[in-house]
Parts: sequence; C-alpha cells; structure tokens
Amino acid sequence: MSIDDLKKKIVTSPDGDEFEVNPMTDYFCGDCPEEARPVKGILEKFYNWARSESIWVLGFGTGCGAIEMRPLMTPRFDAYRYGIQWRPTPRQANMLIVSGYLSVKTLKRVIRVYEQMQNPKYVMGLGSCTINGGMYYDSYNTIKRLDYYLPVDVYVAGCMPRPEALLAGFEKLKQLIREGNAEGANDYANRFEWYKANQKAVILNWDMPDYNW
Amino acid sequence: MFDQLIIAFKERFSLTDISGTEPGLRFITVPKGQAVEAVRFLLDEHGYRHLVLLTAVDYLEQGVFQLTYLLHNPENKSDIGIRTRIDRDHATMESAHELWPTMATYQRELREMFGISFPGSPGVDDDFILEGWQGMPPYRRDFDTKVFAESFYPQREGRQTHDPATYMKEKLYPNE
Repeated sequence: MSIDDLKKKIVTSPDGDEFEVNPMTDYFCGDCPEEARPVKGILEKFYNWARSESIWVLGFGTGCGAIEMRPLMTPRFDAYRYGIQWRPTPRQANMLIVSGYLSVKTLKRVIRVYEQMQNPKYVMGLGSCTINGGMYYDSYNTIKRLDYYLPVDVYVAGCMPRPEALLAGFEKLKQLIREGNAEGANDYANRFEWYKANQKAVILNWDMPDYNW
Repeated sequence: MFDQLIIAFKERFSLTDISGTEPGLRFITVPKGQAVEAVRFLLDEHGYRHLVLLTAVDYLEQGVFQLTYLLHNPENKSDIGIRTRIDRDHATMESAHELWPTMATYQRELREMFGISFPGSPGVDDDFILEGWQGMPPYRRDFDTKVFAESFYPQREGRQTHDPATYMKEKLYPNE
C-alpha cells in the first residue's frame, strides 16, 4: 500500500455505477481505541483465568527469533500443552510475539498488526533487540526499545533466548493475566497520543490511518 | 583465459589498471565514460551474460566512489569486474538498465544508500528498503551511524558498571 491508495478515488461498480470512495473513512475506522473496563469481582477473575489458559499467538518473526518458535510448537517443547497455540492472522490471535530487531519499515507493519488484533491482547518482546537494541545498538534504522511504540507485557531477555526461556515468559504472562495486570491494550488506549507521537517520530513517511483495524 | 580478451579490450578502451589474484577473476579499471560501454562489450562479444552484482565503495579520503560491475561467463566459468571511479560530491553515473533488468534494482539501491544518481533508470528515485529516509544516505562513510542512532531513537538507559574490588568492599565491609 502506498500513500496514493489512501486518496479519494472514483470506483466503478460491477453494475456500471460510478461512485466516490474515500479510503480513510470507508475502509478504515477513524475512531481511537477505547479502554475496556474490567468487570468487577469474581467474574473478572474467571475471565482472566480463561484468558490465561488460551493464549493464541501471532508470531511476528523478525530477525533470528522466529527460529526459536519452531521447536517450541513442535513435540520437543510442545507449548500446546500449556494452552498456547499459533494462529495465522492477527484477527484470530490475542498475543503478539515480536521476535527480534525491528527496522522502521517493519515497525510500521507491526503497528498495523497489533492494531488489527482484538482485545484483550498481549505483547511479548523477545530477545535483547527489543529491549535495548541488542547488537543493533548503533544501527541507523532499527528501533532501540519496543515499549516506546507498543505496550509490552513481558520481555524475554537473551540473544537468542532458548525455548525454555520462552516457556518461562509464557508462565510469567499467565501469572500477570490471572492477577489482572496484563492491561497493555488499555494502556495503549489511554496513552494513545503518546504512543502515536513516538511512532510518528521515527516513521517519517506515515502513509496509513492513525488507527487501523 | 583472459589474454586474448584483454588484447581485444585494450584496442577499444583505455584501461588504467588490471588486477586479480584468483585464476578466473580479473578486475579492470576504466574511465567513467567507458564503463557501461565496456560492460556492453563483455556482454555482447565475450559471453559475460550474467550480472553478479553492481556495488560501490566509498573512498572518502580520495573523494571518489568506486563502482564495480561484476560479470560472470557461464561457458568458461570466469568473472570480470569492471571498475570505475566517479566523483563523490556530484555522484552521477550513466545508467545501464537496458543491459539487464536487475541493473535498475542495483542502481536504485545505490541511489538510496550512497546517493549516486543514475538519470533515466526506471524507478530509481523510489524507496528501496528505507522508507521515508531524510538526510545523508547511510552508507556514505561520513555518515556517523552511532551518533544518528543515539539522537534519533529513544534509548534505554545503560547499565551501571562498578569496579568489582571497591564495590564488594563497600557492600561487604561498609564500616571499614
């Protein structure tokens, strides 16, 4: 997609009618995300337990981290026994694993992917690159810390972390969810301007709507 | 392998240097205006029909970029690199996109990473891998990537470091 695709254009329907399409309002929802307030009491605890037991992962495989997810999902480490499964699209997932360095170009795609996921959603930053830039600390086009651009719930340190470390990270995330502390999506909604300002500070050709889902 | 070719080459072009340590590899330096013509000569008349790469080296101290067109001949398994040196301040080179379609991609990359312009090459000013890059091209050697990264991207605070002997002494024997 380029910035020209977002301009108003005349589209011809199969019946031959011509009508104007404004992609910014017709294809995308222009509203900002809203905070989803937790239900009070024991019901929320039940919800959180259920959420923690069905983590559906969208692995965003950048850098070398994606290679650690294959042994994790296959019989040797078998994360499926913990209620964790991998999904092919952001629409079906509630957890985004960013598995390595993000260039500015990739960050743009990650933001779109994250915003397309449904609430409640969680983010795991995998490896040193997402924490402080790692070995790309002096690179001209990789971001140095992911939590300036997306609300990260759990970081797994290492370069690269082994699948066991990832499993420990999943257990930590489950604990956070059960305690009701994994509120990344609400944090993103509440501090939306701050996140957007950070994102636009590094993505200089911002050619998409502010919030796309 | 190269003797006859070099004789034929010398008749048509004023080459300034020939080097090469491998048996099947030679690098020939020609003036800027003859480089694309030399590549076309090797392609049309000597079977160097595979473009391996087009790359640039930044000789900052001498104020030049060195372009290398590396060609491969699949019949006798030999490679020739055509080198040329162009001015660094107003870096412009003749486009060779008519010889191979992939040449346009290499030229687009050099345009973005080194700021070498190739007038007439299709899509040469489009973004290649950097989207919306502003300022000096990042592969130029006077581009300080560490300074840029530290000023442009928010950084996490660094770790504290301690001298082990004094640190342990303070921790274990604070009263001494």
